[in-house]
Parts: sequence; C-alpha cells; structure tokens
Amino acid sequence: MVTKGRIGAYAGIIFLLALPLFFPRFYVYIASLILLYGLLATSLNFVLGFGGIYQFHHCVFYGAGAYGAALMLTKTGFSPWVGFIVGPLVAALLSLILGLICIRLSKLYFGMLQISLGSLVWAVIYRWYSLTGGDDGIHGISVPDMIASANGAYYFALIVTGLSFFIIFKILKSPFGSVLQGIRDNPIRSEMIGVNVKRHQLAALVISGFFAGVAGVLFVVVDTTVFPDMLFWTLSMEVMIMCLLGGWFTFMGPILGAALIVLLRTFISTYTVYWALFLGIVLMIIIFFLPNGVLGYFQEKFRPKKLVKG
Amino acid sequence: MLQVKSLTKTFGGFKAVNGANLDVKKGEIIAVIGPNGAGKTTLFNLITGILKPDSGQVFFKNEDITGLPPYIVCKKRISRSFQVVNVFQRRTVFENVQVSVLARENKTWNLFTPSKKLVIEETNRILESVGLIDKGDDISAALSHGDRKVLEIAMALGGNPEFLILDEPTAGMAAEETDRCIDLIKQLSEKMGLTILFCEHDMELVFSISDRIMVMVRGSTIIQGSCEEVRCNEAVQDAYLGGSDVCLM
Repeated sequence: MVTKGRIGAYAGIIFLLALPLFFPRFYVYIASLILLYGLLATSLNFVLGFGGIYQFHHCVFYGAGAYGAALMLTKTGFSPWVGFIVGPLVAALLSLILGLICIRLSKLYFGMLQISLGSLVWAVIYRWYSLTGGDDGIHGISVPDMIASANGAYYFALIVTGLSFFIIFKILKSPFGSVLQGIRDNPIRSEMIGVNVKRHQLAALVISGFFAGVAGVLFVVVDTTVFPDMLFWTLSMEVMIMCLLGGWFTFMGPILGAALIVLLRTFISTYTVYWALFLGIVLMIIIFFLPNGVLGYFQEKFRPKKLVKG
Repeated sequence: MLQVKSLTKTFGGFKAVNGANLDVKKGEIIAVIGPNGAGKTTLFNLITGILKPDSGQVFFKNEDITGLPPYIVCKKRISRSFQVVNVFQRRTVFENVQVSVLARENKTWNLFTPSKKLVIEETNRILESVGLIDKGDDISAALSHGDRKVLEIAMALGGNPEFLILDEPTAGMAAEETDRCIDLIKQLSEKMGLTILFCEHDMELVFSISDRIMVMVRGSTIIQGSCEEVRCNEAVQDAYLGGSDVCLM
C-alpha cells in the first residue's frame, strides 16, 4: 500500500539525489555537513535518547574516527579506503576503553567522568605535535579522486549516512534495541528480568562510538582537514543540543536538529558573529514549549488515534 | 525450595534486616507480614540480588545464591514484581512483557532480527493469562495503577519463573482490582504450580490465600507458621496490637 508517508520518503530521497544538480557548490557542501552531523547526532542519540546514557563528550569518538582516518591517509601507504575503515574502528576501540572505565558509574556521574576522560583525549591530540600537528591539525588530506569533488563527497556522504541510518534503525528495532530502551526506562527492572545491564550498555557505547567515527571519516572526506576542535567539549554540547532540539526520543529528531543548527550557524553567522545567541534563544523557546523537541511535538500532535479493539 | 538463613543487612548503622529466616517449600504460597519499616522489601531485595547481604545465606533448590547479581538470580527462575511500579514507561504493554521473554530466551544480543517477529505467541499468552491482552498496544505510562501492578506481574511471568516474589501486589488498588489480583495469584499457584512469596498489608488477603505466614518485626523473623499459629501468637499481638490479647483477623 502506498501511503502518504512513503510518497514523502521517496520525494525526499529523489530531492537528496538530485540536489547537486540544482544547487551551487557551497550548498552541496552544507548539505554534506548536515548529513554527517545528522549521523553524529543520531549516533549520540542511540545511547542518549534510546539508551538513557548521558554521554556528555561524544565528539571524542567523532574526532578519533577523523584522526584515525587522517593519519592513515597521510602517514601510511595503505589505500585510503583502508583508512576509512580504520577510523571508525579506532573510534569504537576508544569507546570500549572509555566505556569500560565510565560504565561503573551511572547517570550524571557517568557523564562527568566521561567528559573528563574525553577532555584528556583532546589534550593528548592537542599537544602531540609530532603526530597530530597539534592545534594546526592536518590539512589538505588527499582522498580518492572519485570522492574528491564537492559532488563526489556529497554522494559518498549520502550513501554512507543512508546505510548507517539503516543499520542503526535496524538495531533499535531488534531485541537488543528493545532491551536498550528497557534499560533506559528502568535499569533495575531490566536486571531483574535477566539482563546484564552494564554489558548491554557497553555494547551500545561501542556501536555508538563506531558510527561517530564514521561521521568523523565523512568530515575528512568532505572537508579534507582535521583539527583538535573536533574533539573539544563545546562541539559535544552542540551535538547534544541537536538531539534535544529535534527530539531525543525520536529516530529522525537528531537529524532534523542537526539540519536546524547547521543552517542557523551558516546563515546567521553571515550577519553576526553572535549566532550562538540566536541558538540560545531558539533553544530556550523549544525547551519551554516543546520539551520533546520539534519532531517529538509533531509526533505527539499527529499520532494517529488508536483503533479500539472489539 | 528457598531457605533464608539469618540474613543481615545494615544501612549506615541501621539494621534493616537483622537475622531473618525463611523457609519456603515447593508449591506453597507464603506471606511475609510486618509493620512498616520491618524490612520486608529489603529482604526481597537481598534474596533477588538487588542488595548484597552483610551476612547470612540464601539457598535456592539447595544452591547457594547469596549475593549473586539480579540477572543471574533471574536465570535461576526466580522472578519478582516491585512495590513501587517499576515498568518500562515509554514502551507499550506488549513490549514490556516481550522484553522479559526475550531476555529469558537469551535473545538480547540479537542485533538484526526485528523484535516484532519474535516471541509473539508467548507474549500474547502471558498477556492473555493476566487479562491485559486488550491493552497490548497502550503505552504503559498511560495505564491505570491497578493495570500497571498487573503488568508488573506479567513481566515477572515473562521470565518463566518457578518461584515468584510479589512485593505488595495489591497496594493502592481499588476493591474490585484487588479481587482480580487475588484471583490471579490463586490461578498462578493452582494452574501454573508456581511457588509464591509475597508481602502485603491487607490482612484479609494474607489470611485468605497463604499457606503459611512469616512475621517480621524490626528486621527479624519472629515466627513462621500456619495462619492459626500466627493469628494468636503473643509476639505478633505485641507487634501489631501493642500487647492486647485479641487475635488478628
């Protein structure tokens, strides 16, 4: 059956596929950024909105993925495609290590420890000039010709994010996803139905770190640079705001939030350097009036009335 | 089936459970009663591994399960419901019970099969048996208090227990809901052969369905015996009625 929703989805896909044909290079670049930030926010929301884990410093894994790939591309002779796979694996490994340390704590305490350890990783990258280039970062990373143009990078980002969204969505709908959401709602009850809560949370963190790393690799492809600010905690807060803004109990919410923030930043910052001020105001309005985020609000408002079973 | 031997738990100097003893035989319905703060819920938390005891032992089917974490205790087929409603609020009634069944069947590490294709029959059978089948698609936060308490029991049943612990199953229920709940407990015992340990303040309920009763006062077991033995026991009268020699109930 063809529903309105399905027509909308097809229209969206066609729009995304055709976008580079109608828009200038700059907008294609912005669209690529929206895709990769959308993936970054979705990977955070996997543990935040669906897992109830307060991962305050999520960008560490984004940065780890980006640096992992960038170093492979610039310092070794391997094929760039190998680098693109190594990046997310580095992020997942880092996520496992930080996770093992932090998971013993819960809720806010987890978040505080995680933000401290994450900042430590940032400091290492910031200081280790010989390897990472310190605060200069690494520039002009050469990527395969196929995806070097703005359009090539866009299509690469579109395919990779599309695939990643599909996998994350599948996981959320699987038994593992059900358990994860159960743990979010009630960890003690989850233990009491026979779930090893910590181990499932750790697995979720590793999956989330992996996809953050994928987003990091996409940034390398789209921007051909890496720099320590990618792992700075302010970016983590921005990504968290994307989740809250869009709706952290919805799947598409963080993507919407990412689009809103990237657009706000791009277009308001052409008028004023105080774009964060506008973001702050928008955020306050949303927290007051739409506590479930933009998408959460619309979902609640237009949820189809349930049929009464006879 | 279950033996608790001089179990003790201290919270910063306060002895919440202080030498509790309990003996439950297969197929029995055992009630734990006692004034507020007697340590009933703490005792249940100690048995199920949510808290670790300071001393004492818990044996289940002659196996020492003292201090094992809850998810392992659950695998030994001990399930419980909670006094304060403890369900997965954002999930539907069906999903709540389904997760419990999935956990029992060790399917929680399955990352790619859609949940909606798994353990549907089993979940529906449990919902049917507790009378929540019509509310399967409701978000559990939207249920009435009574229904949520029943959902608690349904989730506990998802673990296919032999031994069921119910912490104040009828607390806060309206009269007809209480009746429904009593029927349910009797059914679980008679039809499914479950051994049931519960605590409750409703004396009528306690005396009408339990085989034996254990009385706790200030963390200690003062007696465990049949309804008749407990009803006119002096220590029990002391605890409940302040020394008057009127029998309970």
